[in-house]
Amino acid sequence: MSIARPRSLCAAIFALALAGCGDSQPGLDQTGANPDLPGQRQTLVPPIRIATPEGWGGESPTAPQGFTVTALATDLKIPRQTLVLPNGDILVAEGSGGSAPPMRPKDVIAGYIKSMGKTPVKGGNRITLLRDADGDGKAEVRTTFIDGLNAPYGLAFVDGSLYVANQDALLRFPYRDGMTRIATPGQEVTTLPSRLNHHWTKALTASADGTKLYVGIGSNSNVGERGMAVEEDRAVIWEIDRATGAHRTFASGIRNPTALAINPQTQALWSVVNERDELGPQLVPDYLTSVRPGGFYGWPYSYWGRHVDPRVHPQNPKMVEKAIRPDYALGSHVAALGLSFVTGAGLGPSFAQGAFIGQHGSWNRQDLSGYKVVWVPFANGRPAGKPVDFLTGFIKDGHARGRPVGVTYDPSRESLIVADDLSNTVWRVAPARPAPAR
Amino acid sequence: MPNRPTGVRPLLHPLHGLLLAFPVALFTVALLTDITYLQTAEIQWTNFSSWLIVGALLGGGLVLIWSIILAIGARRHAHRQPSLIYALLIAIMWIAGLINAFQHSQDAWSSVGVTGLILSIISMVFALSASWVAHRTVREIA
Repeated sequence: MSIARPRSLCAAIFALALAGCGDSQPGLDQTGANPDLPGQRQTLVPPIRIATPEGWGGESPTAPQGFTVTALATDLKIPRQTLVLPNGDILVAEGSGGSAPPMRPKDVIAGYIKSMGKTPVKGGNRITLLRDADGDGKAEVRTTFIDGLNAPYGLAFVDGSLYVANQDALLRFPYRDGMTRIATPGQEVTTLPSRLNHHWTKALTASADGTKLYVGIGSNSNVGERGMAVEEDRAVIWEIDRATGAHRTFASGIRNPTALAINPQTQALWSVVNERDELGPQLVPDYLTSVRPGGFYGWPYSYWGRHVDPRVHPQNPKMVEKAIRPDYALGSHVAALGLSFVTGAGLGPSFAQGAFIGQHGSWNRQDLSGYKVVWVPFANGRPAGKPVDFLTGFIKDGHARGRPVGVTYDPSRESLIVADDLSNTVWRVAPARPAPAR
Repeated sequence: MPNRPTGVRPLLHPLHGLLLAFPVALFTVALLTDITYLQTAEIQWTNFSSWLIVGALLGGGLVLIWSIILAIGARRHAHRQPSLIYALLIAIMWIAGLINAFQHSQDAWSSVGVTGLILSIISMVFALSASWVAHRTVREIA
C-alpha cells in the first residue's frame, strides 16, 4: 500500500489563501480544572489535518519504564470498547455505526477527508472473546462470542447478565462462567435513540449496586446544524432501570459522552465527553467530569459552563445560566473515547488511584493532539494533578500507526487493555515481570 | 427567427447563454433562502442555500472559463470592451460565490449571518449585471 506523504490538507487544498487556517497559540494550558480558553476563531475553512495510517511494522505503543506492551489480538474488525469478565476473559465490541445522510456539500467532503484517517476494514458488528489463560499477553483462545449485532459499543456485566449497547438498542444476554459463544439472540432491555445517529456510539456502564444502567447518547450534530428537532433525546445520559428497562434522562446538554465509568472511591458516575468543533483549534476542550443527576452541561447553547456559542439561534440565556462547568479538561479535539478507573492496587504505586483515558486523536487542528492513553491521578475521589502520558507512540513521522479507543483496567491481572481501531489490535499493558529463573 | 441586421449576432453562443442562466437563477434564489433562514432560523433554508450556491458555481465555473476565452478573442473587435466587462463581472460573481460556499459550510447561524448575506447579495447583483451586459451586446460578423 502506498501512502502519501504527510501534509497539511488545509494548506494543500486551499493554497489560494482563501482560508485563515488557524494555527494553535503556543503556551495555552488546556488540561485540568481551569483550562485556558482562547477567543473564538471561526474560519472560512476549518483547520484540518489527517494523520494517514501506517502499520506498526512489528513495533508496539510505548509504555512507561517497567511495563510491557503486547498485542493480545490483531486483525480484529474495528475494536472499540472492551470488558473483562469475572473469569478474566476479555470481550471486544467491534463495529461502526451511524446513518446520517449528507445534508450539505460540506458533509460529502468532510466525510471523505475523515475516511482517510480510518481503517478500510469493515466493522465486525460482533463481540470477540479473548482468553489469555497463561498470562503471556497473547490470547490463545479467540472466538466470535456474539455475532449479528448492530454497531455494538458499550459493554457491561452485572450478576450473570451481559449487557451490550448496540447503536439502536440495549440488549441482555444470559452468561455462564466459561462460555465462549452465545448463539441465542439478545433480549431487548430498551430501544435507544438511533435516528440519524450522527454520534452513534452508545457508551454503557452499570451503577455500583447494579440496579441501574447508564447509557451515553451523543448529539445528532456538531452544534445543532441539523435542526433542534432531531436533537430530542440526544446529548444526554440515560439512567435505565435494569429490572424493568424504564429510563429517565440522568443528565443533558452533554454533547457526546463516549465512555462512562463508576468512580470506585465515590461510586459516582463519571464520563468523558467530546466537545464541539469549528470554533478554533483550541476550542472546545474535551472533558472528564462527574455526572450530576439532572445536570445540564451546556450543549448546544454554551460550552465550559457559560461560554455562549454564537452559532445557535435562537439563543437560550436561561439554559446558559444553568450550564455546569465540567470538572477536568483533557485538551481540545483530543477525542477522548475511553475511560477506566483503576481499583485495588492499580498498576503499581504511580498508578494506584485515578483513571486511564483513551484519546483517539484530532483531525480538526493543525497540531495533532491526543493519539495516546493518559493517566489522570485522583485523590479522595477527585482529579488531583495534570494528566500523565501513559501509552504513546501512536503517531510516528506524522502518520498514525494506531488510534486508541476503549481502555479497561483488568483487576485480576493488574493490567490495562487498550482497543486500537486503526490497526485493529487489542493491546495489553502490564507490569514487566522478571524473567523466570532457570 | 427574429429580425436582426445582417452581419450581427448575439455576443453569447446559445449554450453559453443557457449556462449563464444557472448562476443568474441559483444565486438569486440562494439570496432568498438566506433571507428566509435569517428570519426563521429554520435550518433547512440554509441547507437549500448551500446546494444552490454549489449549483451556481458549477454552471458559473463553465461560464467563467468561456467568458475569459471570449474576452481574449475579442481583443481587436468592437465588442472588446463589453466582453472584458462581462468577464470581469462573472469573475467577481464567481469568487464571491466561492467564498460564500465556504461561509455556508460553517454550522448553524454562522452559515449565513451578515457575511453570508452580503456575499449572496454580491453574487446575485454581479450575476444579473453580467447577464445584462452580455445580452445587450452584439458582435459583427466580418
